[in-house]
Amino acid sequence: MVLSRAATDSDENVCSTFGSRYVRTSLPKYEIGESSIPKEAAYQIIKDELMLDGNPRLNLASFVTTWMEPECDKLIMESINKNYVDMDEYPVTTELQNRCVNMIARLFNAPLGETETAMGVGTVGSSEAIMLAGLAFKRNWQNKRKAEGKPYDKPNIVTGANVQVCWEKFARYFEVELKEVKLSEGYYVMDPDKAAEMVDENTICVAAILGSTLNGEFEDVKRLNDLLVKKNEETGWNTPIHVDAASGGFIAPFIYPELEWDFRLPLVKSINVSGHKYGLVYAGIGWVVWRTQKDLPDELIFHINYLGADQPTFTLNFSKGSSQIIAQYYQLIRLGFEGYKNVMENCRENMVVLREGIEKTERFNIVSKEVGVPLVAFSLKDHSFHNEFEISEMLRRFGWIVPAYTMPADAQHITVLRVVIREDFSRTLAERLVADIVKVLHELDTLPSKISRKMGSEDFGNVKGKKVERDILMEVIVGWRKFVKERKKMNGVC
Amino acid sequence: MVVSQTTTESKEPVSSTFGSRYVRTALPKYEIGESSIPKDAAYQIIKDELMLDGNPRLNLASFVTTWMEPECDKLIMDSINKNYVDMDEYPVTTEFQNRCVNMIARLFNAPLGDSETAMGVGTVGSSEAIMLAGLAFKRNWQNKRKSEGKPYDKPNIVTGANVQVVWEKFARYFEVELKEVKLSEGYYVMDPEKAVEMVDENTICVAAILGSTLTGEFEDVKRLNDFLVKKNEDTGWNTPIHVDAASGGFIAPFIYPELEWDFRLPLVKSINVSGHKYGLVYAGIGWVVWRTQHDLPDELIFHISYLGADQPTFTLNFSKGSSQIIAQYYQFIRLGFEGYKNVMENCRENMLVLKQGLEKTQRFNIVSKDVGVPLVAFSLKGQSFHSEFEISEMLRRFGWIVPAYTMPADAQHITVLRVVIREDFSRTLAERLVADILKVLHELDTLPSKISRKMGAEDFGNVKGKKVEREKLREVIVGWRKYVMDRKSMNGVC
Repeated sequence: MVLSRAATDSDENVCSTFGSRYVRTSLPKYEIGESSIPKEAAYQIIKDELMLDGNPRLNLASFVTTWMEPECDKLIMESINKNYVDMDEYPVTTELQNRCVNMIARLFNAPLGETETAMGVGTVGSSEAIMLAGLAFKRNWQNKRKAEGKPYDKPNIVTGANVQVCWEKFARYFEVELKEVKLSEGYYVMDPDKAAEMVDENTICVAAILGSTLNGEFEDVKRLNDLLVKKNEETGWNTPIHVDAASGGFIAPFIYPELEWDFRLPLVKSINVSGHKYGLVYAGIGWVVWRTQKDLPDELIFHINYLGADQPTFTLNFSKGSSQIIAQYYQLIRLGFEGYKNVMENCRENMVVLREGIEKTERFNIVSKEVGVPLVAFSLKDHSFHNEFEISEMLRRFGWIVPAYTMPADAQHITVLRVVIREDFSRTLAERLVADIVKVLHELDTLPSKISRKMGSEDFGNVKGKKVERDILMEVIVGWRKFVKERKKMNGVC
Repeated sequence: MVVSQTTTESKEPVSSTFGSRYVRTALPKYEIGESSIPKDAAYQIIKDELMLDGNPRLNLASFVTTWMEPECDKLIMDSINKNYVDMDEYPVTTEFQNRCVNMIARLFNAPLGDSETAMGVGTVGSSEAIMLAGLAFKRNWQNKRKSEGKPYDKPNIVTGANVQVVWEKFARYFEVELKEVKLSEGYYVMDPEKAVEMVDENTICVAAILGSTLTGEFEDVKRLNDFLVKKNEDTGWNTPIHVDAASGGFIAPFIYPELEWDFRLPLVKSINVSGHKYGLVYAGIGWVVWRTQHDLPDELIFHISYLGADQPTFTLNFSKGSSQIIAQYYQFIRLGFEGYKNVMENCRENMLVLKQGLEKTQRFNIVSKDVGVPLVAFSLKGQSFHSEFEISEMLRRFGWIVPAYTMPADAQHITVLRVVIREDFSRTLAERLVADILKVLHELDTLPSKISRKMGAEDFGNVKGKKVEREKLREVIVGWRKYVMDRKSMNGVC
C-alpha cells in the first residue's frame, strides 16, 4: 500500500490538469468517495461542470443582482469567514447592520427622531422578512383577541392572487388562512376594494405588493389604506397593512418619491424589501422594518446567552455569512441617494428602449406598465401557431434566459414572457435582445405548430378515430420541413 | 452646484486614499447620504472600520468554519452572483445540492438503494433545518391525531435544557410546547430515561443532540431509542426521534463509526447537520435529511411555477447564494472519507494537547469529555477571587476570543470557559493559548476581586450600613494596586 501511494504522489506533481487520472473517473454522486483528490483537480472538475449552468448575467428571469463593483467583491471575500451571528465577536459588522436598518427605515419615512434607533432586522431574503412580519402580526392579533375574550384560532391574511410563493408558505407553515383576491384579465394586481371587502375580524393584516412579480406593477397602497381606515372606523378591528416591497422598496423612493406607499400611510405597520434585488447586492440579504417598537411584540424576541454574551435575536436563521450585510452598507454609502437614483433612472430608460423595440415588431401585446419595477412583460398577439414557451426555448440558443409563464387564477389563459431590467442590463444588450427576438420570430414563422397542440391532449385516448386526420397532418409536416431545409440551403443564413 | 462638482471631480482622480475629503467626514449612520462617493473611498473606509471586529480565525467561541482552501475561495467568488433558487437556470448547481443530500444521507446510513434518491434539502443553517424537521413532525402528528379523532391543538417536543436556542425559537414561533429535561451538576446533557418519562400522547418527537453546544458531549441516542421503542410498544403512540447533529454529524461517522446514533436506530426519522461547522464550509449552509419519503408530508412541499418552470420547494428561505452549496460539494469530492477522517483526527489530537496543557496548570476542572466534539470546556478550581469572565476578558488583550458562560437550569452556578478546536487550530496555536492563559492567571493572582462581587448585588440598596466596610475595602484595593504597580516597575515584564 505504501509503495503504490508513493508512486501516485510522484506522478501527480507533474501531471497536467487534464492529463491526470481524475478527469477520467466519474465524480461521486450518491456516496462520499473513499479517497481525497488534489485540490486543483477538485477545483477544475467542479468549475467545468458549472460551465453548463446558465450565465447569471444573461438570466433575464431574475430580479436578483448579478454584478457588483470589484471593490465590493473584495470586501465580500474578506469577510466570507465571518459568521454574522457572533455579534459579540464582530461588533462592527453588527453595527453596520444597525446602520442599514436605520437608513432603510428613514428611506421609508418611518416616524423616527433624528438619532432614534429604528426597529428592524437584516434577513437572508424577503421570505424570511415576510415570515417575521407575519409572525408579528399574528401574535399581536392573538394578544388583542385574548384580551377581548374572543376566539383566536382562525387567523387569516388578505392578499392578491399575484403574491409570491412565500406568502403561501407563511400561511401553510404558520397555520394562517390565505384569502386571495382573484385577478382578472387585464387586471393583474390586488384590487383594493375587493381586498377591503374580504377583511373580517380574523384578519391579521392585509398584504399589498409594491412591484408585483408578474408584471412589475405597484399596487395602490394609498387607496387600500384609505378604504381600510374607513372600514376600521366602522368595525373597530384596527386591521393593519404590510407592504411587500421586495422589488419596489429600492425603486419608488428614488424615482417615484411622490408615490405614497410607505409609513406615510398610517395603517402600514411593517415593510420588507430585498437587499438583493434593487438594493443592488448579491443574493442572500433582505430587510424588514417595523413602524414602531410596539408593532413587534417583545415576546417574539429572544435574549440569549450564546457564546458568552447577551444577544437579542429575532430571525429564523441563526448562523449565516456577513458578506451581504457589509455589501449592502457599502452600496448605501458608496452610491448615496443620487447614485441609486441614477441606477434606477437608467433601468427605466433601458426598459423603455426594450419595450419600444418589442412594440415595433407589431407581434406582441405589452402587459407590463411603465410605472413600476423596470421590466417588460409581453405576450403574442396571435397564438394560432406558436406560443410564448417556444419563444423562450429558442432564445436559449442565443444564451438569453427569458422565462414564459401563465398568470394565476383567474387569468390562467394568459401567458407572458418577461424580461427584468437589472442594473447591469445596458442599452446595447437591450437592442441585441430585440434583434434576437426578431430572429426567433422569423424562424418560428417557418415552422408549423407542434402536433400535440393541434390534436389537443384529450385526443390521445381517441387516436383511432382521428388516425386519418393525423396521417394527413404528418405528411404536411414532413413536407414543410423538407421545403424549409431546401430554402435554407438556398438562402445561406436564415 | 454644477461648478463645485467639476472642481471636486478634477481633484479626485489624483487624491490619495487618506488625503481625500472622504476620510474627514462622518459616515452616514442614520440616513442615506445625498451624494455618491468614489468606490475606493467606500472600500477603504469600510475595510478600516472592520479592522476593529475580532479576527475570525482567533474566534475560539465558534464551531463555524473560518478557513477554506484558496481553490475553493475561487469557486465561491465565481458563483457569488448565482441565486440558488433559480433551479431552472442553474441546473448543475441544483444537481450538486442533490448529490450532497445523497452523500450525507448515506453517511448517516439512511435505508437507501444504490442509486436511490435521498429525501433531504440544503438550508441556510441548522436553524432552518430544524424548523423544517419540526414542521414535518408536527404535521405528521396532526394528521395522525385527526385520523384518530383526537385533539391536536397541544403538540409538544421533549428535549434537554442544553438545547441550542433554535429549538426554543421553533417552539415559540410554531406554537409547540417545549418540555425540557433539566440538567444537573456534573450531568450536562439530556438524560434519556427522564426524557422518555416526559413523553406523552401530544409529543411530536424527542430531540437528541449529537454534540451539545455546552460541552461537546454526544447524547446517548441508542439508549433513548431503546427506551422509546419499549414505551411505544406499551402506548402505541409511535413517538419518533430527531437527532440534532449540527456539530456531531460530520465527526462521528469519521472517528466514531461504531457509535450508533443515526438511521441505524429505527426511531430516528430525521437528522440535521451544519455544513458550516465540521462540514468545513463557511457560514451559511446546513442540511436536513429524512429517513424515507413519507417522513416528509407531501402537503408541506410547494410546487410552483416561478420564473417559468416547475420548482418543488420545501425551505423557509427562497433566494440565497449558491456559493456554500458548491463549496460543500467541493469538500466532499476533494477530501473524501479519508480527508475528513484526517481532519477530525487532527482536531481530536490538538484538543488533547490543549486539555493536557490546561490540566497541568492545576487551576482548572475539565468539564468536557474526550469523546464528542473536539472542544475543551473548563472552569476554575475551588474558591477564587476571580471568575471565568475575567479570564475571558483578559485573553482578549492577546487577541484570543474565548467565551465564558453559565450553564442552564439547573446548573446555573457553574461557569465555564470553552475553546472549540476547528480544522485551522493547529498545535502551535494550542500551545500558545496555554501559555497566554498562564500569563492571565499570574496577572489575576496579583489583583484583588472586583468590589461588586465582595459586596454582592443585594448590598447596593443598603449602602449606608455597609459604608464603613466599603471604605475599608477601597483602601485595601488602592493599596494593593500601588504595591502591584511598584512591583511591575521593578521587574520589567510581568
